[in-house]
Amino acid sequence: MADTVTSSPEETEALAAALAASLEQGDVVTVAGELGTGKTTFVRGACSALGVRERVTSPTYTIGHRYHGADGEVSHLDLYRFAGVSAAEWGDLEPYFDDAIAFVEWPEAGEGVLPEPRYRVRLRHAGDAQRVVSIDEC
Amino acid sequence: MILGIETSCDETAAALVTVDGHIRANVVSSQADLHAQYGGVVPEVASRRHLELVGPVVREALGEAGVTLDDVDKVAVTQGPGLVGALLVGLAAAKAIAWSRRLPLAPVDHLRGHVASLYLEPDPVEPPFLCLLASGGHTLLLDVRGYEDEQVLGTTLDDAAGEAFDKGARLLGLGYPGGREVDRLARDGDPAAYDFPVAQVPGLDFSFSGLKTSLLYATRELSADELDARRADLAASYQRAIIRALVGRVREAAAQLGSPRIAVVGGVASNSELRAALPDAALAPLPLCTDNAAMIASAGRFAATLAYPGYLGLDAYASR
Repeated sequence: MADTVTSSPEETEALAAALAASLEQGDVVTVAGELGTGKTTFVRGACSALGVRERVTSPTYTIGHRYHGADGEVSHLDLYRFAGVSAAEWGDLEPYFDDAIAFVEWPEAGEGVLPEPRYRVRLRHAGDAQRVVSIDEC
Repeated sequence: MILGIETSCDETAAALVTVDGHIRANVVSSQADLHAQYGGVVPEVASRRHLELVGPVVREALGEAGVTLDDVDKVAVTQGPGLVGALLVGLAAAKAIAWSRRLPLAPVDHLRGHVASLYLEPDPVEPPFLCLLASGGHTLLLDVRGYEDEQVLGTTLDDAAGEAFDKGARLLGLGYPGGREVDRLARDGDPAAYDFPVAQVPGLDFSFSGLKTSLLYATRELSADELDARRADLAASYQRAIIRALVGRVREAAAQLGSPRIAVVGGVASNSELRAALPDAALAPLPLCTDNAAMIASAGRFAATLAYPGYLGLDAYASR
C-alpha cells in the first residue's frame, strides 16, 4: 500500500478505520513511529471501527489493554519500556494475542519474538499536524 | 492486621496495616535503580520477576512489622487493572497465604487502592471528596462518595499525566524518573518562556498527547547548544501546562459539585508545583504516591471480603 499523508488526528483515525475493516481474529498489526506521531491515535481509529466502546489510551505504563469489539476481543500493547522480549516476558504477552486482533505500539523490542504481523504501520512527522502513514501488508 | 500485596505493574510490594489504619510495614521492592540505569526501560517487565520477589517482600514486611502470619486477620490483594500475568502472581500468593491460614481475602481495585492511600493514619481523610488520581498509567477525576462508592467524572483521552512527564523528560534528554527530573529542572526555568497549549476537550476529560507533540516541535527547532540553554525554560513551561490542565479540571469539577473537599493521589501527586497549586487539597503522603501495598491493605479494610475458601477461583482483570 502506498504512503498516505494525513493532516489531522481525525484523518489518521479514518485511515486506521479503513484498515480495520480487513482485519480478522488472530491478526497482528504493528504500529511504529517516534514520540507524538499518532500511534495511539491510529489504534483508536481502528478500535472504534471494530466496535470498541472503551476508551483507547496509551498503554505505555500499563503495557497491555484489552478491549471488547463488536465481533471479538481487541488487544492493545506497547513495548516502549521493553529492552527486548525474554521468554518470561513472552509468557506475559502471549495471552494478549490469543483470540484477539492485536495492535502493538513500539514493536521494535519484540522483533522476531512476537507473532508475524499481518500489517506493519509506520507513522512519521511531516511538518505541522501532517503525518506520513505507511501501511505494508506482510 | 491486614496483609496487603500489590503486583499490578513494576513494583512487587507487601504491607501490614492495622484494622484501624496504622501502617506497620510498607515494603516496595522498587526497581527504580534499574529503571534509572536503563533510562526508564525495564530490563525485564515479567511476572517471573514478581514471582522471585513476592515471597521475600512479604517476609520482609512481616519482619519489619515484628509480626508473623499468626497476627494477620485478612489478606488484601490487587485484582486489577494491570498486566494479567503480573497480577496473577500477587493474586496466587495472596490466595495461598489466605488458604493456608483459613483467612478471608479482599480483592482490591488498584485505582481504588490509590484513593485509599488517603484513609491511613496519622491524617486520614474521610469521604466524600473530589479526587484527582494522576500516575504513569492513569489519570482520573473521581467523585468519591464513600469508601466503596465513587463515580468517574473524567479520564484521559490519550496519555496519562505521569506518562506526559516521563515522555517530556525523554524529549528533553533528562534522566529517569522523568517526573522528578522535570520537577527539579523546572525550578530553574521560566514557566512563561513557552506557551504550550492546554488541550481543550469536552466535559471533565484530559488530553496530554498534543502537549507532548508541542514539546517535541519546540525541541526540534533548537540546536544541541540552544537546547542546553533553554532546557530549564522548556521543563518549566511544559510542567506548567500539565499542572494547569490538571488543576483547571479539578477546579471545574469542584464548582460543579459545590466546592467539595479536594484530594490528590498517585505518582504525580508528588509534583511540587501541583502540591503548591492546590494548597487546600488533601494530598497522598509522599511515600504512598507511587504504587505500594499499604494503600491496597488500606482499601482492604473497606472492600467486600470473601470468606475461606470462596476466593480460590478469583481471576485477575486487565482493564476496569
